[in-house]
Amino acid sequence: MHEIDLTKTPLREVNQRLQTLPPDTNERVWKLTNLHGEHACAVGLTQPIEVHIDGHIGYYCAGMNQEATVVIHGQCGIGVAENMMSGEVRVKGNASSAAGATAQGGLLVIEGDAGTRCGISMKGVDIVVKGSVGAMSAFMAQSGSLVVCGDAGSSLGDSIYEARLYVQGKVESLGSDCIEKKMTPHHLAKLERLLKSAGIDADPRNFKRYGSARRLYNFHVDNVDSY
Amino acid sequence: MCGIVGLFLKNPSLRSKLGAHLETMLIGMTERGPDSAGIAVYHRPVAQDRCKLTLFNADTNYPWRELSGDLGVALNAETDITQKGNHALLIAQASDDRVLPWLKAEHPDVRIMGYGHLMEVYKDMGLPAEVAARYGLRHMEGSHAIGHTRMATESAVTTEGSHPFTPAADMCLVHNGSLSNHNNLRKYLRKHGQEFETDNDSEVAARYFAHRLQEGASLKEAMEAGLKDLDGFFTFTMGTKDGFAVVRDGIACKPAVMAENDDWVAMASEFRSLAYLPNVEKAKIWEPAPSTVYTWSLQ
Repeated sequence: MHEIDLTKTPLREVNQRLQTLPPDTNERVWKLTNLHGEHACAVGLTQPIEVHIDGHIGYYCAGMNQEATVVIHGQCGIGVAENMMSGEVRVKGNASSAAGATAQGGLLVIEGDAGTRCGISMKGVDIVVKGSVGAMSAFMAQSGSLVVCGDAGSSLGDSIYEARLYVQGKVESLGSDCIEKKMTPHHLAKLERLLKSAGIDADPRNFKRYGSARRLYNFHVDNVDSY
Repeated sequence: MCGIVGLFLKNPSLRSKLGAHLETMLIGMTERGPDSAGIAVYHRPVAQDRCKLTLFNADTNYPWRELSGDLGVALNAETDITQKGNHALLIAQASDDRVLPWLKAEHPDVRIMGYGHLMEVYKDMGLPAEVAARYGLRHMEGSHAIGHTRMATESAVTTEGSHPFTPAADMCLVHNGSLSNHNNLRKYLRKHGQEFETDNDSEVAARYFAHRLQEGASLKEAMEAGLKDLDGFFTFTMGTKDGFAVVRDGIACKPAVMAENDDWVAMASEFRSLAYLPNVEKAKIWEPAPSTVYTWSLQ
């Protein structure tokens, strides 16, 4: 394991070092210490390395991630794993707003709670939250899955396109065009796989599934007076 | 853009370090506000028959001693004044409702930054580190304190519109955001006796909360009323003589993070400002929920 102390090496240098590792690198496991809430830590990684962040971290941690596994051993700020393409980001504590925003692939696991707008505009990522998510989660979600083992705040899935939402606890309210849907054996199997890959012990049968009613997709003649 | 920080100490043994911790928190918000900074510290209460006021005049040669002497003669009261940079701390053996009218009449060129029994308020231009050093924040003890760092994007770098706003005795408010119904609210509050010093929307929020508290609302009730009556974006942090409150609007797009343990509770725009608080690694850390009032009071 390679350890970097951020009080000795500036963050920009650390990010550059991690971003420019060659595909055949032997330096596969990293630990970053003394971060004190820095922003944009471990962003833009492209190699299948493992980065452990020791402590609480600021905004946009592990953004644009490809292939790498980033584990945050603490809480994280706004926009963790935003626009992730692949790989895995795991938050041991709570995440702030907009976790996994616009992310296109990979797996984001939040072991605590996530704040408002978790999975906003998600485009293919799988997000598993062991705790609860805040208001307006999965707003305009386009594809991928959001699994919430706790409760969901108000306006879940507002203006959702095609993502799948699974919630075990209470949903405060559903957003515009988001409805409860039937949990088929296909969805149960998918949810079971997601929980397993996130390492979370929960029974898929206790979850409810939500998704798009597809009423906002096309122009409807009843709305003609609105234009 | 701006950064806000607040620290409320539950454990009295930490009080000697209040200013030192707030200084670190304020400096943590330098990137969110390098132009100017403001602090309100609940520090060294004066006796019940006295009041203390933090005064401002841009001229560092302002005749503060004469002002203090004249006030003493006019009110037949003991007075004491200490200059700190372009501010002065005045302590008078009289109630604030006697001192304030005299100051406004005799020294309209002096701005009253804050008043009460214990709150001191300093707002000045420069990096947060420079402002903190200029007013000796590091050495200030007390129970709670609030700070604000400002990056002016729409208006000049001056201290007039800078935070904290201090609408009543021992009361201060910092605001990150903007209000859209402040003109109507200002009219309403003027009708109910509030006087305004600026056309700033945050001052409206501050006087709104002062108005509610004066009507007899508790800190929590005042903040909850604000959620109904204030329209716009806000993360507010408010201090009263024995209370500390945080509230965010229903959309909660203005950042805030909180941390709490048995010894203290702290809020900041970003975690960077909380990163050096004692035992923060084991504190409860969370993002304050939208439309939810958080309050703490001294026992």
